[in-house]
Amino acid sequence: MCHAQLSVLVIDENQIRASIIEAGLRDAGHDQVTLVKDVNGIAQRIGDLEPDVIVIDLENPNRDMLESMFQLSRAVKRPIAMFVDRSDQASIEAAVEAGVSAYVVDGLRQERVKSILDMAISRFNAFSRMERELDAARNELAERKLIERAKGILMRTKGIGEDEAHALLRKTAMNQNRRLSEIAQSLVTASCLLDPES
Amino acid sequence: MPGADLYEIRAGFLPLLDSAILVVAREKGFAKAEAIDLTLIRENSWANIRDRMAVGHFQMAHMLGPMPIAACLGLTPLQLDVVAPMALGLGGNAVTVSRRLADELAQDGDPGGLDATMNIKRLARVVRRHNAEHELPLSFAVVHPFSAHNYDLRYWLAAGGIDPEQDVRIVVVPPPLMADALNSGQIDGFCVGEPWNSLAVKLGAGVIVTTKSAIWRSSPEKVLAVSATFAADQPSAVAAVLRALYRSAEWCGNPENHEELAVLLARKEYVGQDQAVILPALQGKLRYQDDEVATVQDFFVPFDKAATFPWQSHALWFYSQMVRWGHAVWDPDSVERAAQAYRPDLYRAAIAPLGAAVPAANAKVEGALKTPMHAGSSDGSLILGPDGFFDDRVFDPEQIETYVREQQV
Repeated sequence: MCHAQLSVLVIDENQIRASIIEAGLRDAGHDQVTLVKDVNGIAQRIGDLEPDVIVIDLENPNRDMLESMFQLSRAVKRPIAMFVDRSDQASIEAAVEAGVSAYVVDGLRQERVKSILDMAISRFNAFSRMERELDAARNELAERKLIERAKGILMRTKGIGEDEAHALLRKTAMNQNRRLSEIAQSLVTASCLLDPES
Repeated sequence: MPGADLYEIRAGFLPLLDSAILVVAREKGFAKAEAIDLTLIRENSWANIRDRMAVGHFQMAHMLGPMPIAACLGLTPLQLDVVAPMALGLGGNAVTVSRRLADELAQDGDPGGLDATMNIKRLARVVRRHNAEHELPLSFAVVHPFSAHNYDLRYWLAAGGIDPEQDVRIVVVPPPLMADALNSGQIDGFCVGEPWNSLAVKLGAGVIVTTKSAIWRSSPEKVLAVSATFAADQPSAVAAVLRALYRSAEWCGNPENHEELAVLLARKEYVGQDQAVILPALQGKLRYQDDEVATVQDFFVPFDKAATFPWQSHALWFYSQMVRWGHAVWDPDSVERAAQAYRPDLYRAAIAPLGAAVPAANAKVEGALKTPMHAGSSDGSLILGPDGFFDDRVFDPEQIETYVREQQV
């Protein structure tokens, strides 16, 4: 059976994530995708675009505004309901877990739009994972720099070599049952307090 | 009971003054004393609160009073089975207009302060003038279609002869964005909970023209919504939460605690605004314009006057307004379901053992008390009211059909 292309509107203040979703939709063969970052004047945009599906992130405080338009506004000509079928509890849970919500024009068949939601959920999850990995990488880099500074302080004040300084930090961390970076942080802080020039 | 198993409760809330009872239950140990490990999760839309309750992330939440009714009538986009066994205080909202609109109102006669009657008359004249000269009507924002803000504002406008559907536009804006929307001219006024009115005044964006307490004294606002499944499966946990929140409300209502409460709410994980804009609403001393301060009786009532009792007459009044504005259809079955969304029976079962004064009735005639009155209660010490509507109308839940029919749209 041949269907007309669905028009999809993605509302997301995070431009990177919006682009990731858009790419996913295009890969899946949806060419009528519009990204909106700013919700100002959104009623007009929806009126002009007449989207079949609207995808929005849960961090967006404007969801209440968006829903009120669907319910009450004369600007939106076609009734729009919650995307997920009320009986499809698993999809609802997956969407909320992933931090995404979607709305669909009333009467559109579930199977036509399910793939769009599934894609949005997986892209949202992928984006969160990427953010977490990025955070972890940033933290790791910061920790490594901190340990280097702590070693430098030990080498200078105690007149020891790099290996010895590293061993000393490691031993202290083990004895105190703390992380190496915490010991390094304490040392750097103490050193700054004692000698602001260092 | 130290050492005993704790009930783990996750509750969602929005950054508003009337999240106070939940915040204090956690921060001042009232939850712990009832063996509840209460985790509060700040959300940024009522839609998120609804969705996260629907999928079971929250067992309970801070919720707009009409929302559980909308849910019970099947009007929410996502199915939501909740009950409201407790109210989270009375009052707490105000209507703020832009500086420009305030200037127009001021040209229309003597300053009206926060007087609901005087200011709606002046607003009606300004709206008529505006609509004769402009194509676009003035627009007012509320936080959600199913909110006391929406119904209070509409009630006030309609009583003043302004048709909220035809003469003005009512839009939805999230509370933290209200002041900006006013400043940028996107909207001309709004009805929102505190501290967002006080903040708009402080930023020089707006002037408060009346309060919820002036439109309808001692009127319902937020409720505690509890998942219907959780309420059925864990009645003792729900009762423990209600007791904790009752004690918390008592603490919040004590003027001696207001400064400490403002400091608590100011924290970034709660309301996240300067305590200086939170305190006035707690003390009922609103800075409504520049340096003009007004003392407002019963601006926000967290405890006195049975402020946490979930009156079914409040639920029915909300339903009457939902019908009035075409948000719900009228039928006797819906009346019953709307009333049952609020559960005074659960409240009474939990609170009465504390020896507290709990109303004996489930509903009352709203707007009938001109002065504070003793009310029928478990120990006879309960005082209710005054609770008048500014236009002196009375809502008798027994006569809801007549009330709905006589409402002018």
